[in-house]
Amino acid sequence: MLLAVLSGFILAFLAPWLTPRLGRAVGWLFGLLPAALFVWFASFIPVVASGETLLFSYPWVPGLDINLTFLLDGLSLLFALLISGIGTFIVIYAGYYLHGEAYQGRFYLLILAFMASMLGLVLSSNLVALFVFWELTSITSYLLIGYHHEEGKARASALQGLFVTVAGGLALLAGLVLLAVAGGSYELSELLTSGDVVREHALYLPLLLLILLGTFTKSAQFPFHFWLPNAMAAPTPVSAYLHSATMVKAGVYLMARLNPTLGGTETWLLLLGLIGATTMLIGSYMALRSTGVKQVLAYSTVMALGTLTMLIGVGTEKAITAAVAFLLAHSLYKGALFMIAGIIDHETGIKDFRELGGLRSAMPLTALFAGIAALSLAGIAPLFGFVAKELMFEAVLEAPAIGTVITLFAVASAMMVVAIAAVIGLRPWFGPRLPTKKTPHEAPPSLLAGPAVLATLGLLFGLLPMLPGQHLLSAAALAVAGEPIEVYLSLWHGFNLPLLLSATSLAVGLLLYWQWSRVQPALARLAAWDHLGPERGYEKVMASIVSISDSHTRLVQNGYLRYYILTIISTLLLLLAWTILTRYPVLPSPDLSGIAPHTFTILAITALAALYAVTTRSRLGAVAALGALGFGVALIYVLFSAADVGITQVLVETITVIMLVLVLFRLPGFLDFTLSGSRLRDGFIAVLFGGTITLILLMTTEVQFFPPISEYFIENSGPLGHGRNIVNVILVDFRAIDTLGEIFVLALAAIGVYAMLKLRAEDRKS
Amino acid sequence: MRMHSLILRTAGHFLLPLLILFSLWLLLRGHNEPGGGFIGGLVAAAAIALYLFTMDLQAARKALWVDPRNLIGIGLTLAVLSAIPGAVLHGQPFFTSQWWPMTLPLLGEVKLSTPLIFDIGVYLVVIGSVLTIVLFLAEAEE
Repeated sequence: MLLAVLSGFILAFLAPWLTPRLGRAVGWLFGLLPAALFVWFASFIPVVASGETLLFSYPWVPGLDINLTFLLDGLSLLFALLISGIGTFIVIYAGYYLHGEAYQGRFYLLILAFMASMLGLVLSSNLVALFVFWELTSITSYLLIGYHHEEGKARASALQGLFVTVAGGLALLAGLVLLAVAGGSYELSELLTSGDVVREHALYLPLLLLILLGTFTKSAQFPFHFWLPNAMAAPTPVSAYLHSATMVKAGVYLMARLNPTLGGTETWLLLLGLIGATTMLIGSYMALRSTGVKQVLAYSTVMALGTLTMLIGVGTEKAITAAVAFLLAHSLYKGALFMIAGIIDHETGIKDFRELGGLRSAMPLTALFAGIAALSLAGIAPLFGFVAKELMFEAVLEAPAIGTVITLFAVASAMMVVAIAAVIGLRPWFGPRLPTKKTPHEAPPSLLAGPAVLATLGLLFGLLPMLPGQHLLSAAALAVAGEPIEVYLSLWHGFNLPLLLSATSLAVGLLLYWQWSRVQPALARLAAWDHLGPERGYEKVMASIVSISDSHTRLVQNGYLRYYILTIISTLLLLLAWTILTRYPVLPSPDLSGIAPHTFTILAITALAALYAVTTRSRLGAVAALGALGFGVALIYVLFSAADVGITQVLVETITVIMLVLVLFRLPGFLDFTLSGSRLRDGFIAVLFGGTITLILLMTTEVQFFPPISEYFIENSGPLGHGRNIVNVILVDFRAIDTLGEIFVLALAAIGVYAMLKLRAEDRKS
Repeated sequence: MRMHSLILRTAGHFLLPLLILFSLWLLLRGHNEPGGGFIGGLVAAAAIALYLFTMDLQAARKALWVDPRNLIGIGLTLAVLSAIPGAVLHGQPFFTSQWWPMTLPLLGEVKLSTPLIFDIGVYLVVIGSVLTIVLFLAEAEE
């Protein structure tokens, strides 16, 4: 299992090296890996269909008790089969589609890495591993949307997709941690059975909202749906794979996966049901409004994702059956349609439905498969899409609440979807032949393989719905429901309300298509209202982040060292004083009797030196006074038998004086720049800060929170550290990693000073 | 920046090797008596700085042999490397100290150890950091 997940990554990292060496065969050869994975996963169908859940566990960070656990049940198996199956055709397709492109090797690196991450995501049982794979899919998606990185639009769309999904990912991380706290485990396999505990937990609402924020952004739910159509800047194989069949379904997967743990509450039903239904309606409306081939498909994907979310929200037996059936149906027809969109673009160079027509005679096979897939999208018998749509209508009609609203939404959406399907399935192929940029030919086998197989499967599953239903879908529905449910798929349900709704939407949809050339521009005029839409919100948020950080930087990083120090010291002062005053109001009364008189003499000298350094107008005098102060402190260290610290202090003082002497003569003459007011302020803060620190030092001698650790060092420095000098043993052995940090800081400081001086010296020269 | 004192210049020639030896002595005795890499490094850096004042920049750079910036890198590398033997050889946590006592001719019993390597790393970083700054300031001076 580990190999199955990792093999994609391994091949991915070899891909840039292999791609130029394999030439034209690259697609077919790379396709062998996902194909082998598909066969391997398919061999689990009998075991999983019998209701078993397989767990594979590998230690990952044993010290923290994090295991890499993979869970294979109906749901993850369904996803794994879709990912590897559609992945096979995408890899083959890209071999021809992107042949001769400069970055084909990079493309294979990313798409294979994505496939492996997606497999990891749907198979992970550990929440941490799941999250890591989740973010990996976001990152590979970002890189793939920005594949044509020379184009500004591709870069902007990639960044938008990344920001939206990764912002959601952060929320998801918080949500998953809360879920683990509430459910008492990071393992999905254990969380799936502790649903009652989680739903009753005080953290249920916050963790639900955080997780849904993650899934809604990932699966392009309203109001985060805007990034998905923009992601169409990616090459078509990417759109077909990531942005319709797999990655955008990661959110749907997680909601379905967590349904036994989180689902069934009123909040769940309302949130998922209403937001899903809204997304569905907006998706189909936007699809009907658009004319770009990939835009239409992208919005219809938004519609499908909304439908899935809504069905998971409804959560009845019927709804869950409908969800898994719809998931399969959508992946089949949408994968096929996207690949056909790529073929149209590749053969004609045209990306807009208004400029397409009469291509049937030039590419009959493509037209045939487009027609079949579009029938499935429209939900017309005998395609599998029809089975799924009938189930969807039944489910929304039986919904335990908000049934009327979502039924209305579903019917309205279905009408528009029929029209969209007709636009895709009829418009480019029939009617008068419109002029094209290139002379279209029938697509080669590598491009046609995907649409052919996927569309045919859609037809086959429609005619024999028990074929997927009996084994795979029932196991998947079982996993989503968390308890055995009866899955019965059939083409013919008899004359009932769902059939009536289907027929109505079909009739209205065809009417809409008949008038498409009028309906579409009318709807497109509504685009004037888009400035009220969520995408503008995203732009505003991004713009305000930039302007806030701009003004914030100007305020905080003002470039005046004195203000930095002032800020640091006053903040520390406030925090310390606050803590002391509120918690330890009793002032310490130090016992001074044991201190020898000569100590006081040294103290007096250092105090005088400090006073002189502050008041003198001679720089050399100030340096000398600071030196005297430092030597005084060193003397005190020696008096209290801290020889090492004393020696260090003396040496540091020496070196400091050397450095100061080196720069002293370069400074301009001493002038008073500061006003007496600000000097008073600085003096006041300095005295207050010094006083507070003194107070704290005195208090620490009286209050002892913990037994001092020095006892341990004194006892063990000899036996464990092989040394009698405790200070040194602590520095280089007991707390070596602290010292390592310190010497790194020292090195960085030296490099910083060096860089600063060097830059200045070069400025001078030029 | 040169100090035109004949006594200091003559003494500088003798003081430099003595002070460097002294710094090495401080470094090596550090585990048992006051001293160690930090103190030793400061003494060595001060010795070179003294040489800089008595002779000139070229002489000081020559006396140092290597660019002080490289000393920082070498020192940090040594310090990090000293953390690894325990982890690799015995699977112990990072920075677990290792001791290899051995008897050498003339010197008698010597305890080689990873803390010693670490301390040498500290010694080099301190020399490198201080002299990077001091020598560059002196250069800017000229």
